[in-house]
Amino acid sequence: MTSSAITARRRARSRRGGSHWWIHVVLGVGGFVMAFPFLWQIIMSLSTNAQVQSVTPTFWPGELQWQNYAQVFERLPFLSQLGTSVMVTVIRTLAQIVLCTLAGYAFARMRFRGRAVLLAIVLSILLVPSQVYLISQYQIVQGFGWLDTLMGIVAPGLFSAFGTFLMRTAFLNLPPELEEAARMDGANPFQTFWRIMLPLARPSISVLAITTVLWSWNELLWPLVVSTRAEDMPLAAGLATLSGDRTIDYPVLMAASLMAMAPVLIMFVVLQRRVIDGLASSGLK
Amino acid sequence: MTIHTERHPTADIPARTPRASGPGAHGPERRTGTPTRAGLRRTDGYWPWLFVLPLLIGVGTFYIWPIIQTFWYSFTTWGVFGGATFSGVANYVRLVSDPQLYQSLLNTVVYTVIVLLGIPLAVWLASLLNTPGLRFAQFYRVLFFLPYVAMPAAIALVWRIMFNGDYGIVNWFLGRFGIDGPYWISTPGFALVAVSLVGLWSSLGFSMIILGAGLKDIPPELYEAAELDGASRWRQFRSVTVPLLSPSIFFVVIVTTISSFQLFDLLYAILGSTNPVIPKTMSLVFYFYSAGFIDNDKGFAAAIAMVIFVLIGIVTLVQFRIQRKWVQA
Repeated sequence: MTSSAITARRRARSRRGGSHWWIHVVLGVGGFVMAFPFLWQIIMSLSTNAQVQSVTPTFWPGELQWQNYAQVFERLPFLSQLGTSVMVTVIRTLAQIVLCTLAGYAFARMRFRGRAVLLAIVLSILLVPSQVYLISQYQIVQGFGWLDTLMGIVAPGLFSAFGTFLMRTAFLNLPPELEEAARMDGANPFQTFWRIMLPLARPSISVLAITTVLWSWNELLWPLVVSTRAEDMPLAAGLATLSGDRTIDYPVLMAASLMAMAPVLIMFVVLQRRVIDGLASSGLK
Repeated sequence: MTIHTERHPTADIPARTPRASGPGAHGPERRTGTPTRAGLRRTDGYWPWLFVLPLLIGVGTFYIWPIIQTFWYSFTTWGVFGGATFSGVANYVRLVSDPQLYQSLLNTVVYTVIVLLGIPLAVWLASLLNTPGLRFAQFYRVLFFLPYVAMPAAIALVWRIMFNGDYGIVNWFLGRFGIDGPYWISTPGFALVAVSLVGLWSSLGFSMIILGAGLKDIPPELYEAAELDGASRWRQFRSVTVPLLSPSIFFVVIVTTISSFQLFDLLYAILGSTNPVIPKTMSLVFYFYSAGFIDNDKGFAAAIAMVIFVLIGIVTLVQFRIQRKWVQA
């Protein structure tokens, strides 16, 4: 930032400094509304079922019902669903990082026949809503015998047009000089990519990783379609299919849903700037 | 410095997006003609294929081929035991005479409009959040962004209880003002409004962040000049902020519309798939899901998918048309 901009900002600060209190009121109230469902979820997860269903809300349950959390593991296949979610997310994220950086680099920096056409075909997927390929993906996964398996949930999400686009843009924005020097020194294209270019693309790789983790962890429709048994589902599908189930107490449901969101929420709070900037720069979920 | 790193990746979004659809960007390749470039061209050989083939095989199998296949499926009828037979435009004829299509389309449009109403709110909140020298700004940013990263299927369960007609906190809150709240989840119209409000809640933070990045690009000198001319804060907002922010606003409108048109997760998880209000409340994607995977009528569902595709295309094109009238270059 230029020094003139800084002085301008300072001036603006002193100019408006006195009127900040109402901004804090607006943002404080707004922020409270945004965060309230999470707070309420925590409170309900520690209440009794009767307290959750009382007409006057119980804002503080008094005795905290920690056993609701233990109940989650007894009443629901939570652990196996958590395992599925973790596996699916880790496999997809690693696969996308490998495949999208390789392809993105080739599309950005290498010369080969049909490059422009192939790139256009890959990017055209971004214009098509996912419902269009869902039925056929289901048929393909069924054909491979992957219904109700981890492979089936994972498969289509290993490949990403968006990730390829993201990584291509990243490599296009890197200076070509380093790469040329490496090639002059006799490095083959893979060595150039691996030793020189990949480390430089790290910020974009972290954006790719963050968006893939978020999307994969929260995704509902695809896992819902390819898995029928509760134990095989990832957490999102497992929770969504519980929605109409009246045999599970609300506090247990709240504890389960809180624990299901927790890994991603913790990741977000720890890496807040990276996540926010990454998602903003990607512009897509 | 923190401000600098923060703005770098976000700053050029509105400029970057159109490039995505362009026929390949023109980065370094343009600078051809140097000897090294020519050398590179000769040496690449089979290497590029090793780099792109793994992705191309996967994308071809799981995306390109399915798109072609779905288009074909939309002209077929599926027997009970599988096996598709060509039936011409029968699915489309049935679709246009199915009242459920129009109900789902209407619901999707209502949902989209309500979620879009959050954008003016997001512009206002983002401009407050980007007040120079505001303390706790990052804390507020995290609070507003939290709903966007939360798993829809999980947070929907919380909203489902909050919207409960008898003991939900929403109706308790309305009761404080003497309003007798409805049975949100089990009354058709209100169920859609409830889902829409949750949709607004979960997308607000994302819009604010994109708009915030746009706000940082407005030179502070413009505000100072406006102030010297005696413009009030509101006047500055209307005459400086909104026009200069219009490319970002347009981008947020496009992204929000496209994602709202694909409403599924929240609706499914808040209302539950067996809720009797579903036929009156379902979205287009829910209609697609229930035809394809509950009724197992995959040819018909393929036709619905094609209709969703075309509708999103039309809405996006129209928005790009209208954009010329209000977005400042």
